[in-house]
Amino acid sequence: MNVKQQDKLATGVLYTIASLIILVLASLLAFILIQGLPRVTWHFLTTPARSFEAGGGIGIQLFNSFYLLVLAMLISVPLSLGAGIYLSEYAKKNWLTSLIRTSIEILSSLPSVVVGLFGFLIFVIQFKFGFSILSGALVLTVFNLPLLTRNVEESLASISSMQREAGLALGLSRWETVTRIIVPEALPGITTGMILGAGRVFGEAAALIYTAGQSAPALDFTNWNPFYIASPLNPLRPAETLAVHIWKINSEGIMPDAVAVSAGASAVLIIAVLLFNLSARWFGQHLYQKMTSSGKKGA
Amino acid sequence: MDPIRESLLKVSHQAKLERRGRLLGLFCISLIVLVVAAIFYFVASHGLATFYHDKINLWDFLTKQAWNPGTKDSHGVPAVGALPMIVGSFLVTIFAALVATPFAIGAAIFMTEISPRRGMQILKPVTELLVGIPSVVYGFIGLTVVVPVIRQLFGGTGFGILAGTFVLFVMILPTVTSMSVDALQAVPRYYREASLALGATRWQTIYKVVLRSATPGLLTAIVFGMARAFGEALAVQMVIGNAALMPHNLVSPASTLTSILTMGIGNTIMGSLENNALWSLALILLLMSLVFNLLIRLIGRKGAMKS
Repeated sequence: MNVKQQDKLATGVLYTIASLIILVLASLLAFILIQGLPRVTWHFLTTPARSFEAGGGIGIQLFNSFYLLVLAMLISVPLSLGAGIYLSEYAKKNWLTSLIRTSIEILSSLPSVVVGLFGFLIFVIQFKFGFSILSGALVLTVFNLPLLTRNVEESLASISSMQREAGLALGLSRWETVTRIIVPEALPGITTGMILGAGRVFGEAAALIYTAGQSAPALDFTNWNPFYIASPLNPLRPAETLAVHIWKINSEGIMPDAVAVSAGASAVLIIAVLLFNLSARWFGQHLYQKMTSSGKKGA
Repeated sequence: MDPIRESLLKVSHQAKLERRGRLLGLFCISLIVLVVAAIFYFVASHGLATFYHDKINLWDFLTKQAWNPGTKDSHGVPAVGALPMIVGSFLVTIFAALVATPFAIGAAIFMTEISPRRGMQILKPVTELLVGIPSVVYGFIGLTVVVPVIRQLFGGTGFGILAGTFVLFVMILPTVTSMSVDALQAVPRYYREASLALGATRWQTIYKVVLRSATPGLLTAIVFGMARAFGEALAVQMVIGNAALMPHNLVSPASTLTSILTMGIGNTIMGSLENNALWSLALILLLMSLVFNLLIRLIGRKGAMKS
């Protein structure tokens, strides 16, 4: 076989591989959406789950997922901003900084079960938060912090150093330069990273099984006082999220329509992740136009 | 004191802001480092208790095959042999990487060398989307599609290493693919031009020039995928069968470190041997993720020296 034929053969093989992958991935998405979407009705999205009979929904789990997400992001966004700013603007090049970077890298590569077990030990048992939204949010923070921090750092580092020099030349302190000039310019990148991180948090289950718990007690959606035990906002109640719910009903196998419910829930999860992805792109661009003078006229 | 002198000597508002901001950043970063240290301390202290407090032989723990921490064997030693789980974890990881690598690198070559326009328009968004799909969804698909198919083809229950491999393969495929694309794109354009100018065909260029100069990046991508597969818990746990037995073949129920951990930790009492043994499994997971990290660094260093 001469080289030309080899070239043709290799090209053919590569085409086959590429189309195989598209086939696998497309059938994956199609399977979930075709199986799941017919289940997704308003009723399904709002009624509570039922353990032993068919016809339950995912209302509470869906709410828990979003509430947990909001809490986790509320804690992790400021922390990662501070840490990212420090790493990109203040940290000197020495062994301490490289130690910090290494530990962030290690944290980001830890299996989520290990992070979850750590959260179980610290937040649930030592701090006595019990299986609660608060424990879950803290664990998700630990799980998410390294990636968000790296994202903030990279976004800040990509801003040209002329901007910093200009700020300093105007008599601003370094901190003011960072918060008033550099961060706004890096905001599109930071926001995109945050939204993608939110998508990751939304689908995480392994870290939550032993922190946010595996039960979803009934909620009273008329009482929004955070200290009331059945209040949706109470951060100390156990809260099974959507992803945990899918895992639990499949491994317990007592719910008669577990397959249908998980298909519906999976479809909801995937659509949510898709929305996070799309909005990350759109929001990043929109913010960029708004915060800087580029793009729209007169902005 | 005259006002000019005073304003020069006083700490300015800017300087105060600066100090406060710096402290704030330092606080955030120390918190992260503290958390990492705490994770290591707590997992290690619980995981090592099996060996110090309960006097289990480390070698026995790693090589014995019977896992039933509640009972004792004929010598009165608790049956904590973690070998089935260790073997299970390594088998699914290695198989998944073996299957995923040709697909991922093939797709990456397709996207960067063969048909960049179509590849970037179709394949890239699809892989990016799939990176974000939650692992329970993969587990659910494995449970409802892969396991029944294996049951039909090979008999038995369908749960086992093969099902775990397949689920992990699909799971790590997008990650490895997108990292391989980055590695291939980092190869300078003039390498390809020089090779083509010498009369090499496209495949010769890809095989002899592009792939070789991108090897460190591709290896990093594969190791990264393996690290992800090794630490994955729920998707594997749903399809592997969770029997703490040595896997005899690819379709008999088996278990991994993560699956036994997720199943067991809620059913044991803190501080008991059963619980400590599970923490030792967590410690193995932690150490393995360190090993993967180290590997990636070594590859990076070697690759950096060449160029």
